[in-house]
Amino acid sequence: MNDEVLERHGLTREEYDRIVRALGREPSETEIGIFSVMWSEHCSYKSSRVHLKKLPTRGPRVLQGPGENAGAVDIGDGLAAVFKIESHNHPSFIEPYQGAATGVGGIIRDIFTMGARPIALLNALRFGPLDGPDGVRTRRIMDGVVRGIGGYGNSIGIATVGGEVAFDEPYAGNPLVNVLCLGVAPANALVKGTASGIGNPVYYVGAKTGRDGIHGATMASAEFDDRSAEKRPAVQVGDPFMEKLLLEACLELMQTDALIGVQDMGAAGLTCSTCEMGARGGAGVEIDVMHVPQRETGMTPYEIMLSESQERMLLVVKKGREAEVERIFEKWDLHASRIGEVTADGLLRVKDRGRVVAEIPNRALVDEAPVYNRPVKRPAYLDEVRALDVASLTIGRPAADFRRLLASPTIASKAWVYRQYDTMVRTNTIAAAGLTAGVVRIKGTERALAISTDGNGRYCYLDPRRGAMLALAEAARNVACAGAVPIGATNCLNFGNPERPEIMWQFVEAVEGLAEACRALDIPITGGNVSLYNETDGRAIYPTPVIGVVGLIEHASRTLTRAFAADGSSIILLGEGTGELGGSEYLKLVHNRVRGECPSIDLARERALQALLARAAADGLLLSAHDCSDGGVAVALAECCFDTGGLGAVVDLTPELSASHENLVSAATLFGESASRVVVSSRVGDEPRVLELAATRGVPARVIGRTGGTRLRVGVAGAVAIDCAVAEAEQIWSGALEMFFRRTAA
Amino acid sequence: MKFAVVVFPGSNCDDDSYHAAKHVLGQEAEFIWHKETSLKGADVVILPGGFAHGDYLRTGAIARFSPIMGAVAEFAKRGGPVLGICNGFQILLEAGFLPGAMLRNRDLKFHCEHVIVRVEQTETPFTLRAAKGQRLRIPIAHGEGNYFAPADVVQQLESSGRVVFRYCDERGDVTERANPNGAVNGIAGICNEARNVVGLMPHPERACEGALGSADGLILFESAVAAMAQEGVMRTA
Repeated sequence: MNDEVLERHGLTREEYDRIVRALGREPSETEIGIFSVMWSEHCSYKSSRVHLKKLPTRGPRVLQGPGENAGAVDIGDGLAAVFKIESHNHPSFIEPYQGAATGVGGIIRDIFTMGARPIALLNALRFGPLDGPDGVRTRRIMDGVVRGIGGYGNSIGIATVGGEVAFDEPYAGNPLVNVLCLGVAPANALVKGTASGIGNPVYYVGAKTGRDGIHGATMASAEFDDRSAEKRPAVQVGDPFMEKLLLEACLELMQTDALIGVQDMGAAGLTCSTCEMGARGGAGVEIDVMHVPQRETGMTPYEIMLSESQERMLLVVKKGREAEVERIFEKWDLHASRIGEVTADGLLRVKDRGRVVAEIPNRALVDEAPVYNRPVKRPAYLDEVRALDVASLTIGRPAADFRRLLASPTIASKAWVYRQYDTMVRTNTIAAAGLTAGVVRIKGTERALAISTDGNGRYCYLDPRRGAMLALAEAARNVACAGAVPIGATNCLNFGNPERPEIMWQFVEAVEGLAEACRALDIPITGGNVSLYNETDGRAIYPTPVIGVVGLIEHASRTLTRAFAADGSSIILLGEGTGELGGSEYLKLVHNRVRGECPSIDLARERALQALLARAAADGLLLSAHDCSDGGVAVALAECCFDTGGLGAVVDLTPELSASHENLVSAATLFGESASRVVVSSRVGDEPRVLELAATRGVPARVIGRTGGTRLRVGVAGAVAIDCAVAEAEQIWSGALEMFFRRTAA
Repeated sequence: MKFAVVVFPGSNCDDDSYHAAKHVLGQEAEFIWHKETSLKGADVVILPGGFAHGDYLRTGAIARFSPIMGAVAEFAKRGGPVLGICNGFQILLEAGFLPGAMLRNRDLKFHCEHVIVRVEQTETPFTLRAAKGQRLRIPIAHGEGNYFAPADVVQQLESSGRVVFRYCDERGDVTERANPNGAVNGIAGICNEARNVVGLMPHPERACEGALGSADGLILFESAVAAMAQEGVMRTA
């Protein structure tokens, strides 16, 4: 086998030798293609696997941990929440609309193959700056991604209830599109991606196979360069209508007991679904590609096995139940093709009109894929960027900085984005996108699920370990702010090229930080996705773990949002700041610095805060709750005033720094991003009980002001720092993002 | 009282209409698969939102060929109340129950948000419990809801009182700003000459419970129940 063939398949010489050993002979062309996709980073997790084992994945509520199509946790009433997050970064850069759309399609399939009805979508997006040298391209990418997400989710009829969008230079050449889907299934009827029962038929259902997406998984396992546009044919085209048919037909089939297992054909298509189902069931799978429905003529077995055409499913059903299964698919105008059967020999055997073209042990493809413990090296940049001399900053007027922060795309309202998403189809959404974590009620029960995704690449750049802890803490805090108890998490780990020891160091640090935070907050990880090689021309993104947390609300009617609810309520700040400015949006926006130590976090105190929120919400003591994150307590207070019809507040904050420079103290107090802080409001008279609950849990809490009037007035130690009409502030905040896109149109 | 909710393969608001009729209103409701040919004794027919057959050609363009549409036409001809919501409205246009067509939204973007519509015509089975000029806060969720018809058709709709809902602002004024999609004359919903077939772009079924942000849409369903009760009285009389 010559080097050119290996390079084309993204295989090393050592990996090739390993293939020869596994087979006991030289592989055929089809076989080398199959190995190349299954052993790609995307499918095999070869660089990350040793570290992912460090994540806690068990807990009393966990019904399904990592390893299946999605994770599942028990939510009572005999139901399970099934959820997972996945990236579609590379395809979205090359072809934004289809890349994002097929990302949505893929994660939805992962959820309904578990037997769950998908009820909510979220997406975490990262782009470069909307202005500046790459602004035009970035706006085009963002516009395409948003339309793609909407185009798919809106059509299939699953509400997009939340997520986040942030902007920073390192994402200009490598945007992030992470998509999370949440579904609900009967807890005792979760469906697995398993092939078992010798002689059971293997069915192929859905769209026909074309030449699109061949080697998509390999593409997602390489860096970008200026020739990336040539890879456009490796991006697939989505068909939400086909997926809707598959969704309904599969859920209908799952009502019967004719199904053994099912898996969608995502990355690595037919190859991955056949060998993974076989490996999970300890069985062999034999198929003949002549039975695979094909969109194009003259396709080779190699192409058929590696195609990533969308909206296709592989099913194993009970022998003797074929007619029943076929009838259900026919109802939905789908054709179920019997392409093979389960065998006893543990092999993936691919035939072409009866002639064997590939014969590989499933275990060799799945369980025995290479695992690398890649070298790590602490990056040299860290010492440089962690040093921050606040005294050297020229501090301006807080009132002006406040307005600038509200207009910062990362902080500004994302209404321009989520107005393009159907946020309420299926009539479960009780807290809409942009108000809080997404909250969906579970019809037929009293309960609701809150869900949030979070991750701050800037923090992780400064300190990947602590940044990952902060990501989990913030996602969990956001669902706690809705009144929920966090019960499970899913992670999408977006990093650069793992073959560079500095990147690998970031990865290992982040995973270990995440693991520590999961243990401390008692939130298991039930699944997720790793996206490596997020680099263009050698420049990596910020290390960006995005964490999705699902929380359970016992009484849906007690759900909280961020908006102040009534005139004359008491405003309480839970937690306390320490004047940290490192890694803050303020420091980046106003002083153009990404430096310093990212905020510290005390995980025990974080846990106490979250427990306090859930308890106070359940007891009906709170009227609103909102996490302090980008832009600090000042921006959080402003956001509490938004969407209230202009309700104002008068607040006075305790200074968080004892520095000499008066303006610096104000800036740190107002815009610092210390973790574990939440602005809540309560009826006058209830605040002593809130403070008492906080005291018993060791959470610092203080009444800082009262709602009322139409202006937001924030003082620091009695000196007014911000005094702004809510209507004016809200106009800045709600119009900022749209302005960038109006400019495009002009 | 029995509501029939027609299910096309790409319907995605079928469950929501069913939920509103059955669980919020406490009426009987039944899904009718689009390949069926009978409405099974329904009193009210709902064509729900979604993207009936993928809508890759034109919204609602293929649904008119679904087998159930013959029965829906027959039912409408006999004066049975038919409500087309969003994609259901688009289907009513394509199938010729109602005049006009849908263009893409003025800004070429999908819009999902709460809007306010003014009730213009109360003499339909879906608005008889509303007051003329009453403002309803109901969400929209569509990319092609920019209602269009030739000037003479619009003129005829207006003069014969067949505009049922119009987008308006909080004070009830019909303004360009309050119009989310560019629809001619701010038209959000219309009815046929006999006034028993109503189509509208907003989703009343999504605004039937306070927990979802508004219960203003319930009045359409309550009106249908009241209309049937009246008719029942007439039938027995």
